[in-house]
Amino acid sequence: MTHDLTTLVPLPVLIPLCAAGLALALHRHPRAQRTISVVALSLMLAASLGLLVAADGGPLVVDVGGWAAPVGINLVADRLAALMLSVSGVVLLCVLLYSLSEGMTESADGLPTPGGEDPIPVAIYHPTYLVLAAGVANAFLSGDLFNLYVGFEILLAASYVLLTLGGTGARIRAGAVYVVVSLLSSILFFVAIALAYAATGTVNLAQLAQRIPEIDPGVALLLELLLLLAFGIKAAIFPLSAWLPDSYPTAPAPVTAVFAGLLTKVGVYAIIRTQTLLFPDSPGVDRVLMVLALLTMVVGILGAVAQDDLKRLLSFTLVSHIGYMIFGVGLASEAGMAAAVFYVAHHITVQTALFLVTGLVERRAGTTSLDHLGGLARVAPGLAVLFFIPAMNLAGIPPLSGFLGKVGLLESGVRDGGTLAWVLVAGSVVTSLLTLYAVVKAWNKAFWQEVPAGVTRDVRLPRGMVGPTTALVAFGVLLTVVAGPLYGYADRAARTSMDGHTYVDAVFPGGSERGRGESPEAGGGDP
Amino acid sequence: MNPEMVPSGVLVVAIGVLFAAGVYLLLERSLTRVLLGFILVGNGANLLMLVAGGRAGGAPIAGITPVDEMSDPLAQAMVLTSIVITLALTAFVLAMAYRSWQLNGHDEVADDVEDRRIARLAARNAPVYRDVDQGEAGTLDEDAAAARDETERDEAGDKTGEAT
Repeated sequence: MTHDLTTLVPLPVLIPLCAAGLALALHRHPRAQRTISVVALSLMLAASLGLLVAADGGPLVVDVGGWAAPVGINLVADRLAALMLSVSGVVLLCVLLYSLSEGMTESADGLPTPGGEDPIPVAIYHPTYLVLAAGVANAFLSGDLFNLYVGFEILLAASYVLLTLGGTGARIRAGAVYVVVSLLSSILFFVAIALAYAATGTVNLAQLAQRIPEIDPGVALLLELLLLLAFGIKAAIFPLSAWLPDSYPTAPAPVTAVFAGLLTKVGVYAIIRTQTLLFPDSPGVDRVLMVLALLTMVVGILGAVAQDDLKRLLSFTLVSHIGYMIFGVGLASEAGMAAAVFYVAHHITVQTALFLVTGLVERRAGTTSLDHLGGLARVAPGLAVLFFIPAMNLAGIPPLSGFLGKVGLLESGVRDGGTLAWVLVAGSVVTSLLTLYAVVKAWNKAFWQEVPAGVTRDVRLPRGMVGPTTALVAFGVLLTVVAGPLYGYADRAARTSMDGHTYVDAVFPGGSERGRGESPEAGGGDP
Repeated sequence: MNPEMVPSGVLVVAIGVLFAAGVYLLLERSLTRVLLGFILVGNGANLLMLVAGGRAGGAPIAGITPVDEMSDPLAQAMVLTSIVITLALTAFVLAMAYRSWQLNGHDEVADDVEDRRIARLAARNAPVYRDVDQGEAGTLDEDAAAARDETERDEAGDKTGEAT
């Protein structure tokens, strides 16, 4: 690709981070803050889309600070990163617009009160949200294990603040669990980096990919498992998922939505990246991943079936559907990985849309408890449609993108042909049916059942909240319409991730490792 | 990368002790102790990174130390970054523990609401399943507001230990 396009690579990190500083400086001017956030995230989305197109020609590499790869830190935008970045950009922007109208001023009971009495959280909301965006982008683009850790820390620190926004009792209770679990996973990640550095003498992903096959297989296995453990906590894979349904639902609706869409997927992305690039040949671990995927799917969805609160129900479906992505990763075939990548893109959109709709339901009816909801289809038909489409998409009803992703996974599972793969295929189908059961139950209770006595609440939904939700639901449908090209892109992303040399060649264009930094050469990410 | 990479025994023992003590504290209920545990484990991890950098040497500045006597600057840079991150997170957890103390009079991490529901059912020897269609219990939010920790109950007997 041309030299100019590589300048796009650091932008998705730089723009939100600079905007965050600016927004913090302007904390007395809410209107300016809003403008800054919207402009920054729009630019970030534009840069991501530019990368999406540019990366299709081959990975773009930037040596930050002009120091060549093994010495300096590099950012790499390959197809996988660009795709994740673009979908995240759309989601971040939609949720931001939604939260502008929500106003982020909430009373102590956690219910939105327009024009609440405590405007303080507004001042920190925008900078924190932008920092979160920068952290997500940094994690996606990082070509360096330690920089990936820094990206994780940036987004986690922002998520701690967002989750405990306002400092109410319920949020502190939920936040304590979330923060402690995340701190632990960060330490595990750091330990893994230290051990990787001790074993190989580098933390650059491309160089690690070259050196890990040369080290003792036992040490490599230890590194792989440690990284999986750290990322598994973040991605909420089954035995490490208990923190998620307890902590997400208490946060403000847009925060829950963006967490549900993005944070776990960053973990999944990190798993895909390390499994394909660093540990491409580890059948034993892949089998473990498959078993965990099955457990995640089934245990998660059984949890969802038992819930009587819409937010918690959706949190459990979130855990459950992480299992699908891990299934694709565990198959360790190009087809499986492509399906997993496509599924991540689909799931980010759908899960976020569902949580935004839940926020609308909460605003409209004053509760998300399925026992206390009812008759919404009659009083708010538009809301019903907004819930119905992503809910069916999540359950995988044809012809929506959820169906296509699941079919892709099932196909690659069948092609794999092993006993375990067949068990997982069966488990996926059962999970899909149970998801349908869970969302249909929610639909019946919230939208169709008789209105419970004493519930007469008539709130007009702000257009500013409905608009972004509709846009995101429409984006989910758009993913279905463009599923062909998108799946093709995911397929190419999976292929370049799995062939093992495209990424490394892009970082070290000379074929071998570049010099020890005597000749800092800026930017030449020529594939 | 370093052939003579035999770590100093003192450092290794220190890492082990820091991790052991830190993990023990992480398992406590009080956020302040969890925080102390996090700091200990974090420092253990930092030492580990230092060990990963290989043998000790002179300051890695060109012109001051000959190249083969330098210590590895990258490990130190990473430890430095990690220390900064740990500092920020420590401040955040401290604030959270303080807020928890303001709200509840203690800084214990509460039980999962649903865990407690199940525990209560078990104590009553009631069936573990509760069909959501019956709707006999309150919503989760109501439960969360009314729920009390087992630790809280203990303290109610004598006096609120850490509230002072």
